[in-house]
Amino acid sequence: MMQKIETIFVDLADWFIVLLQGWGIPLAWADAILLLVQFLGVVAIVLFNITILVWLERKVSGFIQERPGPNRLGPFGILQTIADALKLLTKEDIIPSKTDRWIFRTAPILFMTVSVMLYIVLPLGKDMQVVDLNVGLFFFISLGSLSTIAVLMGGWSSNNKWSLIGAMRSVAQMISYEIPLALSLMGVVMIAGSLRLSDIVAAQGNVWFIILQPIAFLTYFIAATAELNRGPFDMPEAEQELTAGAYTEYSGMRYALFFLAEYTNLVAVSALASTVFLGGWQGPGLPSWLWIIIKTWLVMFVFMWIKWTLPRIRMDHLMAFSWKVLIPVSLFNIVATGFGLYIFKGLGG
Amino acid sequence: MLQTEQLTINIGPQHPSAHGGLHVEAVLDGEMVTDAIVHLGYVHRSVEKIAENRTYAQYVPYTARLDYLATHLSVMGYVQAVEKLADIEVPERAEYIRVIMGELSRIASHQLCIGSMAIDIGATTGLLYCMRDRERIMDMFEMTSGQRLLSSYMCIGGIAEELPEEFFPAVHSFLQDLPSMIKEYEGLLFGNEILQARLKGIGKLSAQDALSYGVTGPNLRACGVNYDIRKIEPYGIYDRFDFKVPVGSNGDAWDRLMVRKEEIVQSGSIIQQALEQMPEGAVRSKVPRVLKPEKGREVYHRIEGAKGDLGYYIVSDGGEKPYRLHVRAPSFINLMVLPLISIGGLLQDIIVNIATLDPVLGEADR
Repeated sequence: MMQKIETIFVDLADWFIVLLQGWGIPLAWADAILLLVQFLGVVAIVLFNITILVWLERKVSGFIQERPGPNRLGPFGILQTIADALKLLTKEDIIPSKTDRWIFRTAPILFMTVSVMLYIVLPLGKDMQVVDLNVGLFFFISLGSLSTIAVLMGGWSSNNKWSLIGAMRSVAQMISYEIPLALSLMGVVMIAGSLRLSDIVAAQGNVWFIILQPIAFLTYFIAATAELNRGPFDMPEAEQELTAGAYTEYSGMRYALFFLAEYTNLVAVSALASTVFLGGWQGPGLPSWLWIIIKTWLVMFVFMWIKWTLPRIRMDHLMAFSWKVLIPVSLFNIVATGFGLYIFKGLGG
Repeated sequence: MLQTEQLTINIGPQHPSAHGGLHVEAVLDGEMVTDAIVHLGYVHRSVEKIAENRTYAQYVPYTARLDYLATHLSVMGYVQAVEKLADIEVPERAEYIRVIMGELSRIASHQLCIGSMAIDIGATTGLLYCMRDRERIMDMFEMTSGQRLLSSYMCIGGIAEELPEEFFPAVHSFLQDLPSMIKEYEGLLFGNEILQARLKGIGKLSAQDALSYGVTGPNLRACGVNYDIRKIEPYGIYDRFDFKVPVGSNGDAWDRLMVRKEEIVQSGSIIQQALEQMPEGAVRSKVPRVLKPEKGREVYHRIEGAKGDLGYYIVSDGGEKPYRLHVRAPSFINLMVLPLISIGGLLQDIIVNIATLDPVLGEADR
């Protein structure tokens, strides 16, 4: 029974292939169709996660701030997100007249696309990966940095000063934190000996990388918070200073796309954290896909906890922190890991 | 040399940190502020002119709408000025109740200052903690007058009604919890390193500048000037209380906040003393329905408002309405140093400066 639950999604995919072949469709075509279905599956996971996540974020913030949070729609207000989504969908789509219309329209779509693409390489369970790229980690980091362009496009094309400042901040911040983010993952890559995410998970069979690489985990976590534009690094949005930063001129579903993409990124980054540092889908007892969900949500809870506790850091402090603290620390971590590996190998390990 | 453009942005009048209608025109060079101009008048209601068309008693509720975050203090300044003008005696008990309500208002106002400062720098939770505690004061105001925010509880010649029974346990439990509230703010906000980095050394105002601009209240005391009207020119019964005047040293945003935090504690001790000393008796003296102070008499009365030196200047022409009334609004004068302390800083520091100067636009614009 346990085995059945464990492989339920893999079995489902196999069954689907067999079904398609039974209809007389060649294997190559069946694989292509399966890929499409898997992609739809990813989108479904993303949307499902976000629906819960937005609700949970509001509930968690309510809990931290000693207020009830949404509690009117459905049990514990769980339908609130759906109502919000409906509201945003039915809102008038306003494009201010002096904007660069094409770029203004493409920016949220690009942001969302990039965010969803991050999931392609994430192992969401044993043998549950859309594509197991041999440069999976590299793919993830490089796609993650693409979202900077989307924010810049949105901010700059809005023809609004607040948006421009927000976008510029966003570029400065994301580029600065891209470096420690990538560097912090290098230590893990050195130990695992591979950029392939399934290999990294497999390398954590005995001990999780959070124990071997605690500094890397901390730098990753901090840099990821900045990458996600979440508090205390929510500089590009900074609603108390820049009204809504890069998103000031967006309304309705276009705004919602930005909003959803940020949450999509949050899930992806948390899932990567659990994959790279917390042993991925490995865990006793429960099925693998449940383990990754549990770990991801735990990481996301910590993200929320931090956001709702800390004030926003100042822009120049933010840059200084990245260049003067995080990058040296992560470089040191790489050197230390190198020495550690050398000694370990010298001992015959 | 790269050609760069200066950016003029309007912070307010509709802006999350505009504190209700403040408009700051900031010229930015990147994130640096090269110029800042304060524009006022978005909440102007000609309150001073209205006074000339209202009798002295009718005007009381209008004063509550000046500093609406510490209404009791605004009203107290006005009623005391009128009492001075018309030589009206106030019963002892009423004086004590006025002190209690006034100091509660001060606590509420400072709590809101700390809270709104917190949300202005992105610590949303800080606001809600402060609001939660301020809510208890608002509940007490509701008990006394049925009004939470704009209670015109004080009137010429005393206060409107005796304190209700349920007020006393509420105020006692509030005072008991006050230290733990402060401790909570310290844990969540003041102890936070990010917050300290954002406030310390920001918006530095020298004592010399503060004095020449006429800055008063916690903002002046943060610069190291020991100036509190409750001490130097005691009005009402303030000479009977033993309290300290917290004074800062650097005049930066951090000191402004710390002074307010300390003042909450001191106000709590004043309320405690007032509750202990309060005698029994009437709360309102006999005052004629329509006051007609002597012709040609004028009076200037000032009190220590929550935001600073709050003064009322009233001239009587012998009629039932003031001939002229002027309010020296501390928020208005305090705001004038905003460009001085903001230029050369960052855009984010303007927000901190506005928040820690703690202006109330209802008072600044009148």
